[in-house]
Amino acid sequence: MADDPYAVLGVPRDATQEAIKAAYRKLARRHHPDLNPGKPDAEARFKAIAAANDLLSDPERRARFDRGEIDAAGQERHPAGGYRHHAEAEQGERYGYRGEGGAGGFDDIFAEIFEARRRAESAPRPGRDEAYRLAVPFLSAVRGTTETLTLPDGRVLSVKIPPGIESGQVLRLRGQGGPGRNGGPPGDALIEIAVADHPIYRRDGRDLRMELPVTLKEAVLGGPLVVPTPFGPVRANLPRHSDTGRQIRLRGKGVAAHGDGAAGDLFLTLRVVVGEPDAALEAFLRDWVPEHPVDPRAGLEEASR
Amino acid sequence: MITLEILCIHFAALTPDDLRRWIAEGYVRPEAAGDELHFREIDVERVRLILELRDELAVNEEALPLVLSLLDQVYALRRKLRRLGAAVDEEG
Repeated sequence: MADDPYAVLGVPRDATQEAIKAAYRKLARRHHPDLNPGKPDAEARFKAIAAANDLLSDPERRARFDRGEIDAAGQERHPAGGYRHHAEAEQGERYGYRGEGGAGGFDDIFAEIFEARRRAESAPRPGRDEAYRLAVPFLSAVRGTTETLTLPDGRVLSVKIPPGIESGQVLRLRGQGGPGRNGGPPGDALIEIAVADHPIYRRDGRDLRMELPVTLKEAVLGGPLVVPTPFGPVRANLPRHSDTGRQIRLRGKGVAAHGDGAAGDLFLTLRVVVGEPDAALEAFLRDWVPEHPVDPRAGLEEASR
Repeated sequence: MITLEILCIHFAALTPDDLRRWIAEGYVRPEAAGDELHFREIDVERVRLILELRDELAVNEEALPLVLSLLDQVYALRRKLRRLGAAVDEEG
């Protein structure tokens, strides 16, 4: 059962013959398959339009359809769109344009396209940038160093690491990327840096921070002690009456100076360590009456609320 | 071989005068063989298209060359594209 022919043509059931003709022409001009070679569905669309018109344009058949004596499937007519199958093939050149070109010869459009491709292929072309990752030890990033990076193709690059480099920064090595073509310059190697963490030191911009354990005696009496720094051990003097949390600054022992950036500092945060049980210490503390008794937890309860 | 006479019998709506005029204007381009004109399938379909344009789509004779010229250009471009596609396939 075909679609309702009135609906196909978009006309009311009481449309005049003229209105049907006008509606058919309007649709046929839009959907004729030979006028729409790029639309594959135009053929089926046009066929339905033509069939509807065949039925409704004949007053006698239209009346029989309206009375229900025949259905919408009219008899087959010659399908439109026969011309385009020929016109799209080589024999279509009979109705073509001068200089269109034969099957073997390339005409202007071809010549342009292929010439442009040839030119593009023979033109000097820079190589591609290649991206790599390089893991850098913490202290190397503090002091600055030269790391080696072995590429997948076996080449070994020497990568200068400036002091103070941080994870995520990208170093560009000019000319170390993919090779250029036709004499073009090679690309660059882009190296993303990943700085490892350190068990003792922590970076804070150009400064370093570390916790420094001291004995009870050192904290109370002060005195000289040896502090490890990224640049080797350094002697520092611990002031008397130090306590946990006190900060000591070692100037210039942070990230090394580089360019305009001055050297950072190393901040030590003291942590008093009581250590192993000691009988003398216990005996002393048992009899000890503090000179200035303090409650280190004073105000703690209030603040906790 | 399809001749002018056979073609006019094939299409009831086609008169020999119409067809001769279209040939003179270059709308239809059959092959000349001696005194006879030989129509190939593409010519038959082109005549059918011109008849459909005239009788069903109400394209009058004055507008016909414009419509045919645009159509010929569309099909010429499509043939070019087709050849280009084939050439690219060969290259790849």
